Amino acid sequence: MTAPAAQPMIQVMDLEKAFGANKVLTGINLSIPAGSTCVILGGSGSGKTVLMKHMIGLLKPDHGRVIVDGEDIVPYGPEDLERVRRKFGMVFQAAALFDSMTVYENVSFPLREHRKELKEEEMREIVKAKLAIVGLKDVEERFPADLSGGMRKRVGLARAIILEPKIVLYDEPTTGLDPITTDYVDEMILDAKKMLGVTSVVISHDIASAFKVADNIAFLYQGLIVAQGAPAMLRHSEHPAVKLFLSTWFGKN
Amino acid sequence: MLSNAIERIGLGLFAFVEEIGGLATLLLDVLKWTFRPPMRVQNLFAQLDFVGVGSIFIVALTGVFSGMVFAHQSWRAFELFNAESLVGPTVSLTITRELAPVFSALMVTMRAGSAMCTELGTMRVTEQVDALETMAVNPVQYLLVPRVLAGLIMVPLLVMIFDLMGLMGGYFVSVTVKGLSAGTFITRTQQWLDPEDIGEGLIKGAVFGLFIALVACFKGYHASGGAKGVGQATTEAMVASALGIFILDYFVGVILH
Ligand SMILES: Nc1ncnc2c1ncn2[C@@H]1O[C@H](COP(=O)(O)OP(=O)(O)O)[C@@H](O)[C@H]1O
Ligand SMILES: [Mg+2]
Repeated sequence: MTAPAAQPMIQVMDLEKAFGANKVLTGINLSIPAGSTCVILGGSGSGKTVLMKHMIGLLKPDHGRVIVDGEDIVPYGPEDLERVRRKFGMVFQAAALFDSMTVYENVSFPLREHRKELKEEEMREIVKAKLAIVGLKDVEERFPADLSGGMRKRVGLARAIILEPKIVLYDEPTTGLDPITTDYVDEMILDAKKMLGVTSVVISHDIASAFKVADNIAFLYQGLIVAQGAPAMLRHSEHPAVKLFLSTWFGKN
Repeated sequence: MLSNAIERIGLGLFAFVEEIGGLATLLLDVLKWTFRPPMRVQNLFAQLDFVGVGSIFIVALTGVFSGMVFAHQSWRAFELFNAESLVGPTVSLTITRELAPVFSALMVTMRAGSAMCTELGTMRVTEQVDALETMAVNPVQYLLVPRVLAGLIMVPLLVMIFDLMGLMGGYFVSVTVKGLSAGTFITRTQQWLDPEDIGEGLIKGAVFGLFIALVACFKGYHASGGAKGVGQATTEAMVASALGIFILDYFVGVILH
């Protein structure tokens, strides 16, 4: 499947962000073609989540632009952001499920908010189908607190894709999952791209799954993208931080 | 030493002004989102239930005992002047104007304000607030508006319950325990207690209710730093709410007269 690379779905330009004296991002440039999967690699605390939150307008940069599907979202207020966010689904690092709601209520939440025409029965069907996609069944009436970490994550995944968004942001979707579930999630990301043409941004620690799902890999180090390109290219990067990071995995295998 | 203390006071004052500014901004935001569709009726009812219905019992109990204690103490004082017949009016005026709004608001702060702040804080630090936003749902409208409205609406209603229970407590001590005639208690109370007194208590209740819900929301919504941060936010919210109730009590009282 060759994605039309002409129009980037997400484009980040000269992005800078500091929290007080802590300069987290110091000039990020990143372009993510429509229909492609971009994996952001980097050490923990390097600012991957912060970068991702800028893409969906949860954080405002100190400087720079974030262009989503042709619109610069940086100056947008809540109303415009709401419109733009309907193109997105986001999977949070710790799932961020609503703990006062059951799994069913969590996953159906976006439907209830944005597909009010649906009947309860139809919602049940859609939720069931999405849960099946992430490999879960008969969990609808349970509460997030009663699920394992891996299951919570998959429920979060189901919630993120329930409205079939154009763009899905995954914040460490496989961290803390067992190898089989990790494979499952990787397949899901690949399927979403193949079948629905979804643009995906994936934050990862896991180099194996990064190389498996990525069209492009961007390596975040000390506030900058120090290397980016196709996985094969990145593997031969000369940047010392990238080499060190990759050797921890390729060294072992 | 001294300059250090002055600096500390200065910084404290600065932080205080900043917090007031934050509260005012949040109030405007809440107002704005109250009048935009969709109406979150279900969320509002859940909060009305939690803040109001859930607090009826403790407010009623506080009311009865406040009335009883106050009647008991004023009886001891009025006994010296053979003016026991004034116990009814004294108790009812104090309760309706002061004790009911202040104590009801304090009870709601402890019971509902702390829970509100902790819940919102937890939602913030576990990224549930972010998740709401990414699903194109405005968290101010979804989470804060119902809570602030519930404070505004329910605390005055609780004040009414406190009034009623407080009067009953006062009646019980004066008439049943001390043997004042029921007729004297009732006619004297009717003579002195005006609708304005009850109204003053209700207005105070509304102001306090709005204030404590706003503080709990503000502190919880802006919490950061994991479980420790949420705990700290809740402590700050409790202290600010309790202090604020007494400070506002004075100023609302002055403004109303
Ligand atoms: N809301 C925030 N306020 C202050 N500092 C933050 C905030 N979010 C993230 N940071 C800081 O930004 C840095 C990068 O965080 P993050 O993007 O979460 O790292 P990671 O790459 O592990 O996802 C960290 O030092 C973190 O403390
Ligand atoms: Mg992160």
